[in-house]
Amino acid sequence: MANDTRVLFCNCTYAQVVPQSTKEGVLRKLCESEVSFDAVADLCEMSARNDPALKRLADEGPVKVVACFPRAVKWLFSAGQAPLNREQTQVINMRTDSVEEASAALFADELTPNLPEDNRPPLAGSETKETS
Amino acid sequence: MSLTESQSLRVVVYEGEGSDAMNAEARFDTMTSLLEDGFAVTRTNGRQAVAPADRTSLLVLGRFPDGQAPSFDSGSDQAEVSVANIDQQEPAAITDMVRAKRESLAAFDHGAWKPWFPVIDYDRCTNCMQCLSFCLFGVYGVDDDNKLQVQNNDSCKTNCPACSRVCPEAAIMFPKYRTGPINGDRVNAADLNREKMKIDISSLLGGDVYQMLRDRSEKAKSRFSKERNPDKALNERKKCLTKLAKAGDIPEEVLMSLPEPDEIQRRAEEAAAKAEAAIEANAKNN
Ligand code: SF4
Ligand code: SF4
Repeated sequence: MANDTRVLFCNCTYAQVVPQSTKEGVLRKLCESEVSFDAVADLCEMSARNDPALKRLADEGPVKVVACFPRAVKWLFSAGQAPLNREQTQVINMRTDSVEEASAALFADELTPNLPEDNRPPLAGSETKETS
Repeated sequence: MSLTESQSLRVVVYEGEGSDAMNAEARFDTMTSLLEDGFAVTRTNGRQAVAPADRTSLLVLGRFPDGQAPSFDSGSDQAEVSVANIDQQEPAAITDMVRAKRESLAAFDHGAWKPWFPVIDYDRCTNCMQCLSFCLFGVYGVDDDNKLQVQNNDSCKTNCPACSRVCPEAAIMFPKYRTGPINGDRVNAADLNREKMKIDISSLLGGDVYQMLRDRSEKAKSRFSKERNPDKALNERKKCLTKLAKAGDIPEEVLMSLPEPDEIQRRAEEAAAKAEAAIEANAKNN
C-alpha cells in the first residue's frame, strides 16, 4: 500500500451488523502488518456527534475506510460535517466481504475509489427524476 | 451536554523511535479492548500516514525503555498531549487507565447511547418532507434553505426504521439496520416499488398511520375504563398494534411508548405544518 494512503478501520462497536469474525479477522491482519492506521469504535456514533475527528480522518489525502456500505459511509461523513473526497476514498465493506477479500483490497497497492457518484436529483415541485 | 458539544479523547499506540514495538497479539488485544470501550485509537510506527492532530486531546501509549518517553509534539497547539508507559501492562489494565484519563478530562462517555438515527442520502432525497411530517419525535427539521435535515439524532427511537418506509425515494438509511437498502446497500427499482407498497399498506391500515393509532388507542382506553383491567387493556393495545408493527417493522416498545392520543395529534399536526411550510417555501423558490 502506498505510504500516503491512510487506513481507517471501523469496529462497529455498538451493533452486531458486521460479522464479528470479519471485523476481528481484518483487525488482526492490520495488527500483524507494519501498517500504521486509525481505528474508531463506531463511525455512526462519531457522525451523530459531529465529532471533529471525522474531519481529520476525511481531510488529508487518500484513505481506505474499512467499514460497511459505501453509500452509508459517504453520507455518515457528510452528516458529520466532514464530506469525503470521492476521488481519494475507497470503502471496504465488512458486511459483504470476507476477511480475505477485505484484506486483499486493504493491502493492495492501488486505491480504487468507490463512493457513489454525486447525482443530486431535482427537488420536489420541479421536474420528476429518473429512478436508478 | 448535547451529543454534538461533547469532547473526545484520541489514544495513540506509539511504536516509533524511542518506543519498543508490541507483538502482534498484544497489539490486537490492546486495540480490541480500547475499541470495545468506545475509544478512537491510532497505531503508528512513524512510517506511514495517519490522521493529523486536531484539537482533540491525545493520550500517547508506548513501551518506553527505562520508562523514558521521547517528547511528543502533536503539531497542533490546541491539543493537550499526555504520555503513559504501558510496558508490561495487560490490555484490561491499559483500558482502565485510559478510561480514568477520559474521566479526568470529562471527555465523552461512549456507549451510553446506541447510535441509531436516520442518515439521508441527498443524492436521492427530493425534499418531499414526508419523513418530516411522519416523525412524531422531532428528529427532522429544515435548514435555512428549507432543505430537509436530521436535527435531533438522539430523539430517534432505537431500532425503529419507520420513517425510512415512508420515504418514496429510499433516501433514508439506518446503517445499523439488518437489510438493504435501508442499511446503505444499493437501491434498485424493485426496492423503490417495495417502499411504495409499504406506504400503500399504511393507507390500507386507515389512511393515516397516526389516525389508526389514535383509534386503536381510544378503543383500548374505553375498554380499559369499562373493565378496569389494566392487563387486558394493555394486551388489547398490544394486539392491535402488532399489525402496524409488522407493516412498518416498528419495535413494539416504540409503539407502546407513544404518547396519549391528544398528544399524538398535537405532534402530528405540528410536524405536518412544518412540512407544509417547507414545501411552500421551496415551491416559491423554484
Ligand atoms: S459506519 Fe458501518 S461499520 Fe461503522 S459503525 Fe456505522 S454501521 Fe457499523
Ligand atoms: S421522505 Fe425521503 S425524499 Fe422525502 S424529504 Fe424525507 S428523505 Fe427526502
